[in-house]
Amino acid sequence: MSDETIDDIRGNSAQPVEVSSLWRDAWLRMGKNKAAMASLVLFILMFILCFVTAWFCKDPNAVSLTNKFATPSVGHWMGTDALGRDLFARILYGGQISILVGLIATTVSVCIGVTYGAVSGFAGGRVDATMMRVVDVLLSIPFLVVVIVLQAVFSEWSSDTSAWIVKNWKWDKTFTDRFTNIVPLFFALGLFGWLTLARIVRAQVMSLKVREFVEAATALGYNKFRVLFRHIIPNTLGPIVVYATLTVPSFIMYEATLSYLGLGVEAPNSSWGILIKEGANFMETHPELLILPGLFFSLTLFSLNFLGDGLRDALDPKASKD
Amino acid sequence: MAKFILGRILQAIPTLLVIATLTFFMTRMAPGGPFDGEKPIPEEIKERIEAHYGLNEPLHEQFLLYLSNLLQGDLGPSFKYIGWEVSELIAQAFPVSAQLGLCSLAIALTLGLPAGIVAALRKNSPWDYVPMSIAMIGICLPTFVLGPALILLFSSKLGWFSPMGWYSISDIVLPSLTLGLFYAAYIARLTRAGMLETLNQDYIRTARAKGAPPSQVVTKHALRGGLLPVVTFLGPAFAGLISGSFIIESIFFIPGLGRFFVTAAFNRDYTMVLGTVLFYATLIILLNLLVDVIQAALDPKARTQ
Amino acid sequence: MSLINIQNLKTYFHTRAGTTRAVDDISFSLEKGEIVGVVGESGSGKSVTCHSILGLLPQPPAKIEGGSVTFNGSELIGLDPPLLRAIRGKQISMIFQDPMSCLNPYLRILDQVAEPILVHEDVTQEDAERRAIKMLEKVGIRDAASRANSYPHEFSGGMRQRAMIAMALVTNPDVLFADEPTTALDVTVQARILKILRDMRGELDVSVLFITHDLGVVAEVADRVVVMYQGKIVEQGNLVEIFKNPSHPYVKGLLACRPTFETKYRILPTVEDFLESETTPDGVVTIRERPDSAERLASLEKVTAASPPPTNVEDLAILLKTDNLQVHFHSGGGFFGKPREVVKAVDGVSLRIQRGQTLGLVGESGCGKTTIGRAILRLVHPTGGRVMYDDTELTSLGGKDLLSYRKRMQIIFQDPYASLNPRMTIEQALIEPMTVHGLGANRSERRDRVVALLEEVGLSPTHLLRYPHEFSGGQRQRLCVARALAVEPEFIVCDECVSAMDVSVQAQVLNLLRDLQDRRGLTYLFISHDLSVVKFMSDEVSVMKEGRIVEHDRAEALYHNPQEAYTQELLEAVPQGDLEALQKRFRDNA
Repeated sequence: MSDETIDDIRGNSAQPVEVSSLWRDAWLRMGKNKAAMASLVLFILMFILCFVTAWFCKDPNAVSLTNKFATPSVGHWMGTDALGRDLFARILYGGQISILVGLIATTVSVCIGVTYGAVSGFAGGRVDATMMRVVDVLLSIPFLVVVIVLQAVFSEWSSDTSAWIVKNWKWDKTFTDRFTNIVPLFFALGLFGWLTLARIVRAQVMSLKVREFVEAATALGYNKFRVLFRHIIPNTLGPIVVYATLTVPSFIMYEATLSYLGLGVEAPNSSWGILIKEGANFMETHPELLILPGLFFSLTLFSLNFLGDGLRDALDPKASKD
Repeated sequence: MAKFILGRILQAIPTLLVIATLTFFMTRMAPGGPFDGEKPIPEEIKERIEAHYGLNEPLHEQFLLYLSNLLQGDLGPSFKYIGWEVSELIAQAFPVSAQLGLCSLAIALTLGLPAGIVAALRKNSPWDYVPMSIAMIGICLPTFVLGPALILLFSSKLGWFSPMGWYSISDIVLPSLTLGLFYAAYIARLTRAGMLETLNQDYIRTARAKGAPPSQVVTKHALRGGLLPVVTFLGPAFAGLISGSFIIESIFFIPGLGRFFVTAAFNRDYTMVLGTVLFYATLIILLNLLVDVIQAALDPKARTQ
Repeated sequence: MSLINIQNLKTYFHTRAGTTRAVDDISFSLEKGEIVGVVGESGSGKSVTCHSILGLLPQPPAKIEGGSVTFNGSELIGLDPPLLRAIRGKQISMIFQDPMSCLNPYLRILDQVAEPILVHEDVTQEDAERRAIKMLEKVGIRDAASRANSYPHEFSGGMRQRAMIAMALVTNPDVLFADEPTTALDVTVQARILKILRDMRGELDVSVLFITHDLGVVAEVADRVVVMYQGKIVEQGNLVEIFKNPSHPYVKGLLACRPTFETKYRILPTVEDFLESETTPDGVVTIRERPDSAERLASLEKVTAASPPPTNVEDLAILLKTDNLQVHFHSGGGFFGKPREVVKAVDGVSLRIQRGQTLGLVGESGCGKTTIGRAILRLVHPTGGRVMYDDTELTSLGGKDLLSYRKRMQIIFQDPYASLNPRMTIEQALIEPMTVHGLGANRSERRDRVVALLEEVGLSPTHLLRYPHEFSGGQRQRLCVARALAVEPEFIVCDECVSAMDVSVQAQVLNLLRDLQDRRGLTYLFISHDLSVVKFMSDEVSVMKEGRIVEHDRAEALYHNPQEAYTQELLEAVPQGDLEALQKRFRDNA
């Protein structure tokens, strides 16, 4: 039982508490959740490490066949891999790709999922039934086949784009390739990752639509657009934020899986999935090549998942632990 | 009930047709074809092969032909495994994946359910924190890290199992453990959440007010409601499990459906891809139906709707 | 020796936010064969008392800090859980407020009613089931043998509460704790349930601790009464004595602020007219009687005299009328669903509401009264008939035309918690309607209007930047009123707008509505299931049943001389709690 239940017991006689918006309220609750705060710090550190520190590292693709499987040293903090490339740099550059894929694919799927789910739930009736039917159909197609096909379709397009950018904007080729390379992945993940979110948002909208404040808004003469975007969608943000936080790690996991299958990032670029795959080849002789990228990968997922759990508890105190 | 099931099966037919259409055109959108191997074959021979399989016809005619064959229950020949029908390949690979999937599911349920229930009952105690932390690690550890790690420990170091292959009974242990542990973690978290929600319901207080002992309150009153979300999750999860996990099957070199499927997708083995997709979709639809039937059995309110 | 004797019981809730003294040093007893009513508003600690005795509180955060509770002379507080379980459900049973959520939705009624026997006695399943069916028959479930196989959702609210009572009494307990057992029920059903409880007391020789917020209900069933306020007992004793001569200011206020059929005040007294309370920082509350309460009451009576009934014929022009209004809903349907069924929620209703007056609409749950209010405002689409507002037909209006009428008609809902958008500050919520309808020239002018509105509904302008969850239920309902007033309407539908409130808060909100009506000349459609409140508020009253109006008259005439049998039944079922009825009941018993 939590403070809220006490308020229920006190009922109408409850004294107003000195806090402001629900968001700040949630933030305060979250601040008390040590695991979630530690996860937040961990993720921010990981982000800084991958996106800031990485620029000061060695070239992750510089091969040195004379220096294979080097042990950690001042020059190579985590040693080198089978081609003598600096493992620490490869892990950080790989992290850039993995985290970017997770964040951008989540953004794409949240945009599609929220709009689709909100429209479906708000419209109701035949429109809703048809829209949800489409989701059902898409959900019964194996995710992998879609990704493989989209990946194949978009990969030509992405190398064309890369060439165009290098030609017209005079960007560095390796730098451009590293990012255009993963664009197909964004599309593949984003285009199919919104299905569950659409269902969640739809359910939320359906239950909010019959709430009295929405009826009051209609009675006050607000048009449908205002009702949906000013009154309904802001109230679904809690579950959306929670879901999005938990989607980032699952997309990172997908990216790793696809890269593991050879479908994601292309050599010589790295991502955590690729590093783990390469590491697994030498796990009996050099287990650190598997363990170190695996550790970075798992820590990131760990922090994001804990963060998501913490956010859920903070935004939905009824479902919380205490 | 019979009417409901029949209705759902009838509804599945248009769904499957839509899926077949989508997949057909999607696979054809991808560049390359089944006969663009690594060794280039002479153009003339390639054209003859394509003509043999009707691949030189206009796309819509190929599609109509495929549909009419499909309606007669014919999934067509595989383009890559010459001389094999797609249905024969599925019939051969599916039992392997299904065995692996069932074993993993058994592991997932035996570990996940009790862990989740105990964690919910002993909320905010070591009985909650320890299994839930392990579960958290479980969902963060990809199978392609856990699998090699298990091989490293149990076959390279301890020598208890062979590292890969599908020859003896003991070969099923490591792969199903790898897959099962991930699902166990997920089920444990789901069970805990469901049980916590149910234990907060008013009717649990009623049961306690009757003087029923705690064990009876849990088994008779809380379990049903608490496990409903797990049942909903199990439908699609089960379909995914028994139709084969490509990752697991390729780590352990198991000739399951998942490997056939991904290989087919890489090789543009159109008929094989379509066949497996339709097989998988049918499985999902049937299992979702089964979930609904089980839910109706557990929840009288769902029965009347 | 008392059957149950409570001495200095203290139950506190310890949370991060601090300690709440839910039950603070209370003592009372329950004698054999007695019905004791425990009365209090939400948060007064009455339910916590019961839960403490039976060990049903979640610990932590709850903790029993001290005191003793004896049952037949043996101590219950601190008793070993297995020993307490042996008493719970066998010698002391409990029924709860909401029978829907308190019955297990996954089990048959029969299994649930038979369960206490199987838990406590060594009998066969068949014996237990036979006794369960017998008990279900006793509490008035006809055809119990077959209906016992149903699940809770297949029962109506009244039937579910009967099943709960059967479940509590099936083991022949000595004591029954009844926690608000009739609050969620319609008046006619409530009357029947109360009768069953009284009958069972005689038949099964069970003593009852009856917890309720409703003084009227207590007057119907109890022998003695205990009044709780903020965790303390403020007064206890003989029922007639307390009704006749309350000594504590809170009890005086509570008795005065509930509208009855006989209320003569035009503005109700509130609890605040009787007492002042003061909370020290460590949570100790002191309550004092207001020295000026007598003058305050006297001034209220003057309000009655000061407001003449509107007699001018022009004022009585009809503002809104409905002709043969119909709202039919379709259930089922869909692609392959069940055949469509038509539910006639509103089935040919004609109403007339005069400008500046209040039309009360009463009826039991599911009679369609709420749908009428929503159909008038076009929140649901009428399937037939006409709604005429100020001689304009509303049913066919759309777009801009409808918008201009939306401004003139507003609605206030039952649940103030659900009626305000939790993500908007009060200022945003009140300015938005003005922006949409182009009221006020600019932002600062609108802001001034918002401040004026807040003052008009009795809230401080310092609340502007707050969010709804920082307000209590009564304050939120005031905010809803302010929001409705923001577009300067002439007509307001009040849909059960005080039904979820404690009587003291209810009185404040009713007074506010009255006050606004007098000052702004508002017209109300006042929808409620509570006949006393409708009587207090309305000039004319319509009684609804199954989608139709069964009777309509001036309020006085309808309440004193009901023509239809259904109206009579409704009126008789209302627990009055007035002194005469009480004294009559006790004479009859003697």
